[in-house]
Amino acid sequence: MVEFLQFTLSGIVFGMIYAAVALSLVLIWRGTRLLNYAQGGMAMFTTYVAIEVIHHTGSYWAGFAVALAAGVVLGAACQLTVIRPTMNKPPLNAVIVTIGLLTLLEGLAGIFYGGQYRSFPAAFSITGLKIGTTPLGVSRFDVFVAVAVLVTTLVLAAAFKYTNAGLRMRAAAFNTTIARLSGIRVARVLTVGWALAGLIGALAGVLVSPSTFLYPNSMDTIFVFGFTAAVIGGLDSPAGAVVGGLLLGVVLSYVAGYLGSKGSDLTSLVALAILVVVLMIRPGGLFSAARMRQV
Amino acid sequence: MTRPIRLRWQAAAIMTVAALTVAACSSSSSSGSTPASGSSTGALTASAPGITSTQILIGSHQPLTGPAAPGYDEIAPASAAYFSYVNAHGGVYGRKIVYKYINDGYDPTTTASVVRQLVLQDNVYALFDGLGTPTHLAAVQFLNSEKVPDVFVASGCECWNEPTTYPETFGWQIDYVREGKILGQYVKQHFAGKKVGFFYQDDEFGLDGVKGLDDEIPASMIASKQSYVDTNVNIAPQVAALRASGAQVIVSFSIPAFTALLKLNTLKLGFSPTLVVSNVGSDPITLSGLLESFAKQGGATVNGNALTNGMITDEYLPALSTSDSWYVLLKKVHDQYDPKAPLDGNVFYGMAVAYTFVQAMLKAGRNPTRASLLSAIEAGLPQGPMVSQFAYAAGNHAGATGAYIGIINNGVVTQQGPVLVTDTSASGAITTYTGTEQQAPASGIPSP
Amino acid sequence: MQTLPRRLGVAVIVAVIVVLASIKLDAFRDYQIAEIAVEVTAVAGLTLLTGLSGQISLGNGAFMAIGGYTAALLLMHLNWPFVAVLVLAAAVAAASGGVVGAAAARLRGPYLAGATLMLGVALPSLAYAYPGLLGGDQGLNVAFTTPGFLGATFPLTRWQAWVSAAVALITLVLLANLYYSRIGRNWRAVRDDEVAAALDGVNVAAARILAFVVSAACAGLAGALLAIVTGLVAPGAFTITLSIALLTAAAIGGLGSLPGALWGSLVIVLVPTYVTDVATSNGLSSSVGSNIPVAAYGVVLILVMLVFPQGIQGGLRRILALFTGPDPKTQKPVRPRTDKEGIS
Repeated sequence: MVEFLQFTLSGIVFGMIYAAVALSLVLIWRGTRLLNYAQGGMAMFTTYVAIEVIHHTGSYWAGFAVALAAGVVLGAACQLTVIRPTMNKPPLNAVIVTIGLLTLLEGLAGIFYGGQYRSFPAAFSITGLKIGTTPLGVSRFDVFVAVAVLVTTLVLAAAFKYTNAGLRMRAAAFNTTIARLSGIRVARVLTVGWALAGLIGALAGVLVSPSTFLYPNSMDTIFVFGFTAAVIGGLDSPAGAVVGGLLLGVVLSYVAGYLGSKGSDLTSLVALAILVVVLMIRPGGLFSAARMRQV
Repeated sequence: MTRPIRLRWQAAAIMTVAALTVAACSSSSSSGSTPASGSSTGALTASAPGITSTQILIGSHQPLTGPAAPGYDEIAPASAAYFSYVNAHGGVYGRKIVYKYINDGYDPTTTASVVRQLVLQDNVYALFDGLGTPTHLAAVQFLNSEKVPDVFVASGCECWNEPTTYPETFGWQIDYVREGKILGQYVKQHFAGKKVGFFYQDDEFGLDGVKGLDDEIPASMIASKQSYVDTNVNIAPQVAALRASGAQVIVSFSIPAFTALLKLNTLKLGFSPTLVVSNVGSDPITLSGLLESFAKQGGATVNGNALTNGMITDEYLPALSTSDSWYVLLKKVHDQYDPKAPLDGNVFYGMAVAYTFVQAMLKAGRNPTRASLLSAIEAGLPQGPMVSQFAYAAGNHAGATGAYIGIINNGVVTQQGPVLVTDTSASGAITTYTGTEQQAPASGIPSP
Repeated sequence: MQTLPRRLGVAVIVAVIVVLASIKLDAFRDYQIAEIAVEVTAVAGLTLLTGLSGQISLGNGAFMAIGGYTAALLLMHLNWPFVAVLVLAAAVAAASGGVVGAAAARLRGPYLAGATLMLGVALPSLAYAYPGLLGGDQGLNVAFTTPGFLGATFPLTRWQAWVSAAVALITLVLLANLYYSRIGRNWRAVRDDEVAAALDGVNVAAARILAFVVSAACAGLAGALLAIVTGLVAPGAFTITLSIALLTAAAIGGLGSLPGALWGSLVIVLVPTYVTDVATSNGLSSSVGSNIPVAAYGVVLILVMLVFPQGIQGGLRRILALFTGPDPKTQKPVRPRTDKEGIS
């Protein structure tokens, strides 16, 4: 019983990390109708910036803030330089460009910072919390991770639904021509969308790097699971990103915990199974809007 | 409709041009120089492919980028540094060793291509220290069919000790089954009556290690076996399962990142088992680097060493302490030729295997051939920096035969007890090594 | 290339060029010809799937793995002649493509991308789960030798180049037949407007599944070729990086275009080697020197997609059009972006 609690809680924590990556993908999808395959790479790069700041100033929160700022800058810069030219071209071009961007960022990280593992600090203590004498398997830092992602999701969902900026973003993605005719500065809105996604990705990077250690490819697997979580939840829904992440994190935790030595092999196969089951029932993800019926 | 035909003809023409350009740019392969057995003094000849009167060209495939690169990408530059040192002090019989190592990103398909490039285009004399089990398996058949010496593979798989199928291939480091047996015997003797859990990487490294452990540790002591894959860092469930099984000792066949994660997860679960870790994942400097951010959080200690204290491991090279003659040599070569690298276990590995190669080349003769290198190794090599002897013989291509048990304290491994040697069979005994550790030569270069 | 005799003619000419090149070039270049031919086989199928039928797949590496492991198992346990092995590997992969295509029939855009991505990641881990049969992380060794009738001194790399190039050319001819057939037209119809195609009597689901079957067959064939060319099938050879490289090659060469499969394959096989050679010869420090090729490759991908939005083949068409004037048959109308979801 205790193990079940520990598996569940640790699954929730990792699920929240997948949710953070999923959120940034959802943001870019809702805002620009593009798949950003470089999301993990951008997060990795901003985390490197953070660790350099932390080493030079000794302050974790300074590094944290700089990482978020760097995420904004990097996101906007990528959109302005390499994504914008793909706007009216076949959509797959943008995907390939982001793949190129990912490769470029991993190469640059190796050049500037070297290929070694770097230890990244956690914001809070990593010793486990207990109820009485029973360890829960999560630490204060893990709680911070979960809360940070949850708050970000709520803010984002609210912003999309209730603010004018969110409305503009959704309009620009839905139909750029009509959005322009309505007076929306589409180009600026798209850049802002990428900048925000960069911010959230940077947050995901600093939250997960204590557990993965930082090296140029450290976000690769996290990105794959984050993308899967986004697809499970539905790419249009921030809430879906969190639900998808939690589902994935918790189920995979049970698989690894209860199936012993076979469990670690089966992790990605189980993730595939979850994905297939969800998509067979709802091809647009769990929280997809009802589609028009095709006649 | 003439347009499409013209287009296709032009396409074919462009392709032809491209092919011919590729041909023009490629260096044509020169056939190997005539092998000649050189006299014991006098002229240096081009006695084998890759050997000229001035240089010895060797090649390797290494993971320099990609998920497997952290840590392992230090090995080849360290070997190159030692070769530079040797070259600056006269080389091997006056020839300089030129070490060309190419990145394969730990992808066997790339390895297959890189090794063919080295052999067919660059005409290397030998393949040295090819790194990785699945990667080198993509190269070993080709190297043996081309009769290229394939020396000192950087992997602990038993598969390199197959003299009948792969006569050109030799291992170097201690293999994982031997490690498992040596660690297993220590656990059996020192933790009798306690519960033991296994934590291992789910590939041939971990599986071979567990095979060795199972040979020594009685099944009644084993409470749980948990595995991980190196693409998934969330090992909290496995550690929770180990805790639930009541394990008081965890034997871990893990790479350094996962040893560190194991330690962090045990902290999170408020669980303090004794950790017994394979040499592959126990380098104190690497581990303290990984753990340093958390040591700062956890208390007043400034470096990650506090979190590695008490870890038990096996070592087949001497400990990195200033009192050891090999460490002194390592530091000298490192500071001059590879100063940016950390002075850790991987760098020591790179230099030690390069040292063994120089010993082998010195024995291969003044004008070595590929065959003379193989015979030189099979005649037995001095142990050099190894703490035990090599197994090399006509029917045995395995490398190190033994290791000592050590405990990590303050970032240094302290030896406990004698060097133990064994074989890879389930019933083979583990005996105390009767030889002694060799001191590094004062010049830093092995004597012929 | 609108009639079969023309296609066969070009194929024969290319075959002759390849044979001559393989004899004139050195053994390593022959190996590269074999590598390129393997990629062309896989990329050609993928470019039809994504370009012609509009279904993105980030997981064709999984079909290559299926073909490769099938070939390795057949050669190891049953010792069949290699032609039979190649055909059966393609068939097994085709069957799995049918299963995947059916499961994915209702998926569009990023949802299809996500599902195929996870397929590409998850399938190779079966090798770890069944190490006895599939060899675990060490994989299965494959033995492949030159046949006796060529003589004892015939270089293995040249034979590998001939076999791979022959398979690639046969695949390209067959795919070209499909491209210009009713099936190809149905694919394009389904890609451009599903509703209109359905109204026209096209069985949309069947067309989409068939596209997956064809692309999986090509990938499986390529995987079997990879097994006999490199001599090993292991999960490390079929990572998600491979799937991404295939898609990249298809897009760079020109999505939906068969010559594009060749251009893209040339890029992904030759550019990394070339850039690595340039970097190492400049003697930079190890971590800088080994990462420059990585960064440079990323830049190449970005630049090619930005400069040639229709891929290299599209770029070549445009350059030729400058000399010969625009051809109304090959001009595509510029479609304004509607509120339909894109392929990304």
